[in-house]
Amino acid sequence: MTKEELYRQLEQNLEHYNVIINKVKSNRVIIDVSADDIVELSKYFLQTLKCRLVTATATQPERDFEIYYHFSHDETGLIMNLHVRVPYDQPEIKSIATLTKSANWIEREMHELFGIEFEGHPEKGPLISDGNWEPGEFPYRKKT
Amino acid sequence: MKEKIITIGPYHPLQEEPELFKLYCDGETVKNVEWVTGYNHRSIEKLSEGKTFDQSFFLVERVCGICSTSHPFAFANCIEEIVGVEIPNRAKYIRSIIGEMERIHSHLLWVGLAGHFLGYNTVFMWAWKYREPVLDLFEMISGNRNSYAMFKVGGVRRDIPNDLIPRVRKVVADVKKKCDLLTGAVMDDPVIHARTKGVGVINRKEVIEYGALGPTARAAGVEIDVRRDDPYAAYDMVDWKVITAQQGDVFAKAEVRLLEMYESISIIEQCLDGLEKLPEGDIETLVKEIPAGIGFGRAEAPRGEVFHFVETDGSQYPKRHKIRAPSYMNIPTFKVSAVGQTISDSTIALAAVDPCYCCTERMAFVYDWKSGKKLFNGEDLIKFGQLKTDDVKRKLEKNNS
Repeated sequence: MTKEELYRQLEQNLEHYNVIINKVKSNRVIIDVSADDIVELSKYFLQTLKCRLVTATATQPERDFEIYYHFSHDETGLIMNLHVRVPYDQPEIKSIATLTKSANWIEREMHELFGIEFEGHPEKGPLISDGNWEPGEFPYRKKT
Repeated sequence: MKEKIITIGPYHPLQEEPELFKLYCDGETVKNVEWVTGYNHRSIEKLSEGKTFDQSFFLVERVCGICSTSHPFAFANCIEEIVGVEIPNRAKYIRSIIGEMERIHSHLLWVGLAGHFLGYNTVFMWAWKYREPVLDLFEMISGNRNSYAMFKVGGVRRDIPNDLIPRVRKVVADVKKKCDLLTGAVMDDPVIHARTKGVGVINRKEVIEYGALGPTARAAGVEIDVRRDDPYAAYDMVDWKVITAQQGDVFAKAEVRLLEMYESISIIEQCLDGLEKLPEGDIETLVKEIPAGIGFGRAEAPRGEVFHFVETDGSQYPKRHKIRAPSYMNIPTFKVSAVGQTISDSTIALAAVDPCYCCTERMAFVYDWKSGKKLFNGEDLIKFGQLKTDDVKRKLEKNNS
């Protein structure tokens, strides 16, 4: 599959969802999606497009949180990012760790650093903060 | 039978870095694995937010002491993607040479450690002896045996002058001969076969499920390599191939690493050919400022893909810097590769993913556990070691006379 074919497939298959596809570069795509669709779209990327979850990045550019789920399509070298906004007052999003074990650690890490709750995560224990910092303290979270 | 828990770590003589593995065992067989991480969380991502882009190179280099070029490599790719700058070909060749030399020294280090874990210390001594000239070469090129500080935004800090190229070629040719010896020894040895074949197996499906990377994935037939899939530096300017194996056991992982060294040698030789045709000194494209944007940088470290994500806002500091090292994806596969094995095989199953937890301890103290009083420090321990050596020497001389 070439990059162009993949783009066409993306545009066709995602037209029913509330998404905005931004081609940042020829091999980098950012797709703005709604937080409600994250599990379904991750499933599409992992199972239909055979992508690999590289990692996910939580950021807090303004008041709210944003998460980029970085998927790699190794056949074409394309990095596709699902970009979601998570409200500061209610930082909850559905977990994708039930779809792929590679999301297990990164979701736990994002929870510990930013305090984002991942609903339905199969293994909710501390990963990096075991006894190192106070529960309820999220060191990367900016106070607004 | 009651289940027993055997712990590896957090501070274990075989694994110098802190991480706790709990093996739930039924007799000799491992039934389940749990781990505790976070003994040494260094908050590099947060520190990076307070460093300028030039300073961050030195910071990310210290994420790992062994693959200390892979992180600057990915970071440079990331920043250059945001700026949209093309670096000179000479800098591309130098970057690839440093990256491949690092792969050779890292794989030799791993082969040595694997031998040590199996109780085969001859392999350990050979591999580490052959690694030395590569480190000397790093010193010749960059001034450092480790943490080379060669990368910067837009190029590299130091040139490889053309009159140094014959010396580099000689070292690389010598390493190739030593690789032949080492590969022959590992591939033909019945003891190594018995200890590694069918041990620590991870199959293709599990690799994909866990998102495993590098030799761990390639040994199970998953052909992923960022150098080919999303080329950077000079990797699309030279001929090389991705090494894979099918069995997914420790032997296959060793085989992939050993054969990869030949590819690295070939890449270095081709890059040196390229360097000879280019004028000296053209190693940098000047970058004056980093605009606001988002960048994704990848590099294939000896252990697998390193991934950096940087968000910038036009200032000289990154707004958010995310780092994902390959061990983050590879260590969880230990759960698959260790379960069902015997306890003695689980150490090599763990070593086979080449786990890198953090950096090593540099201080040693001995405390009285009752009073908490410090008894000896590192210098005292060295002094005792020297006294003991002198004592042994004296006894040997007495026996001989």
